Amino acid sequence: MSVPSRKILEVPVADGENERYSLRMGPQHPATHGVLRVDLDLDGETIMRCTPQVGYLHRGFEKLAENRTYAQALILTDRLDYIGAMANNVGYCVAVERLLGISVPMRAKYIRTIAAEMSRLSSHLLWLATHALDVGAMTVFLYCFREREILLDLFEELCGARLTYSYPRIGGVRQDVTSRFVDELGRFIDIFPSRIEEYETLIDTNRIWLKRTVGVGKLSGAEALALGITGACLRGSGVDYDLRKHQPYDAYDQVDFEVPLGSDGDVYARYRCRMEEMHQSIRIIRQCLDQLPPGPIIGPDAPDLIMANRAPARMAAGSNRYGGGLIQLIRDQDLFPSGDIYVATEVPKGELGFYFISEGSNRPYRMHIRSPSFMHISALAVVARGGLIADLIANIGSLDVVLGESDR
Amino acid sequence: MESMAIADGLQARFPEEILQCFSFQGQVGVGIRPDRVVEILGWLRDDQAMRMDHLRSLCGVDNARRKNGGLGRFEVVYNLYSIALRHEIRIRAQLTEEDPSIDSVVSLWSGADWMERETYDLMGIRFNGHPNLRRVLLPDDWEGHPLRKEYPLRGRGEWVGITDLQAKLEELDAHGFKADDPGPEAGDAGDAATGKRKGDC
Repeated sequence: MSVPSRKILEVPVADGENERYSLRMGPQHPATHGVLRVDLDLDGETIMRCTPQVGYLHRGFEKLAENRTYAQALILTDRLDYIGAMANNVGYCVAVERLLGISVPMRAKYIRTIAAEMSRLSSHLLWLATHALDVGAMTVFLYCFREREILLDLFEELCGARLTYSYPRIGGVRQDVTSRFVDELGRFIDIFPSRIEEYETLIDTNRIWLKRTVGVGKLSGAEALALGITGACLRGSGVDYDLRKHQPYDAYDQVDFEVPLGSDGDVYARYRCRMEEMHQSIRIIRQCLDQLPPGPIIGPDAPDLIMANRAPARMAAGSNRYGGGLIQLIRDQDLFPSGDIYVATEVPKGELGFYFISEGSNRPYRMHIRSPSFMHISALAVVARGGLIADLIANIGSLDVVLGESDR
Repeated sequence: MESMAIADGLQARFPEEILQCFSFQGQVGVGIRPDRVVEILGWLRDDQAMRMDHLRSLCGVDNARRKNGGLGRFEVVYNLYSIALRHEIRIRAQLTEEDPSIDSVVSLWSGADWMERETYDLMGIRFNGHPNLRRVLLPDDWEGHPLRKEYPLRGRGEWVGITDLQAKLEELDAHGFKADDPGPEAGDAGDAATGKRKGDC
């Protein structure tokens, strides 16, 4: 029998004077929200260096998308940010529509706006639940899941799925909303603001919550921008950048809403921003339900779900099917325009961008996904440096990262 | 500012660096030589009429199978946006097959760090002056760069590190997963599986 080597199980020990430890947190740590590993160099409990390691969930979506049609690649986006999958679907469709020059009917735009905002609510609820749990507030966790359940039921009513929706389509949406969905969503947005207040009474002025969040993980606006941070994290630092206002898509230019801004750039400011965003989402959904126009839900030029690469053969005038006079007019002509485009949308986590290159075929030549979580995790190294381990947990929660989106 | 006007501004400021101008669905891309990329992007960021303070995305493109001639084998694409002035531009730096490398822009945007690491990881483009150019999504000992067009969709066999990992797991198994266990012979720790392994030894 061989003597077991102690090497693998070696516990790092302090080396004399400077008392430095190294600690590998994750990838199976519950507070890292997925398979994120953080390598820490510690001096006591103070983080001297923080190196996040990602890639455990890398599935090669960018490579896969090059080998699928645009309609098929839609389902990949469900698996990016699986907490707010609908917003990813909408972002993808908006980008492909702009690339291929496809128009969307108004009714579909409104429905997609409603769906995307519901997705923002369900993502923010899960963020609040887990963030509060990490910091030590158990009750909020249960309350948030109570409301999130209603939202998931609504998604089920809308499209039959609770997690991976693939509900939008290039050029519209898959099916129309039912009257039951509209009624129940109306009831939900009536009660939901009071529920937000309920969460706030639990933690907003809670002394422990304030001690754990105020002044922790501070980022100035310029710093956050240079690090590529977007979404509520950037707005918590006071930078007014919301793609729903800057480059409106779908029905966001038809509705009235505000972009909540913070000023301190700490964990508490980001928390306040997201809480206010939930109120604004309710406002957007209410307006969309009131204004929901009648009409078709899919545009006339929307591509078929089985995206053919070639145009169907057409007969020239005067020829007939049997007489041998069939002339294929547009046999080798590209179906789609060639070029490249970058389109970004505001998903719950931040700016989700798609960079597409089309070479005229039914598949993207290249699809790059700019994912907010990837940038937020890279910023963690800067945010966490010099803080305590306990604050690292608060920071991970407050940056709101999802590893499926980061690793793609 | 209109995107076309930004492209004209670039053309006027760096006439010998600009190769081509692309316009598609209302967006404008500018093809450039890679040598002075830091200077060009720095000017776009700092010039008072441009103020492109937000690097939205940075990615690599393999042009091996593109129909459009006149492009380099590789491209590094920078999408820039100005939050204050609300205008955008795309910069496309053309690289050759022999030397797929370009200067790093981490000095301009610290967030470019991981974007460039990802581009290196998946596309194999080197960024000169990058503080820590390691793979980020794939394991450090991965062979090849999957987003290159010649890389097969199903990959090239198993990851080389998997044998090391399996050996490590087996060794851990022999320990019965206990850090302070003096060895497999001491104590009665371990389940049926561990017992079997004892017999094997």
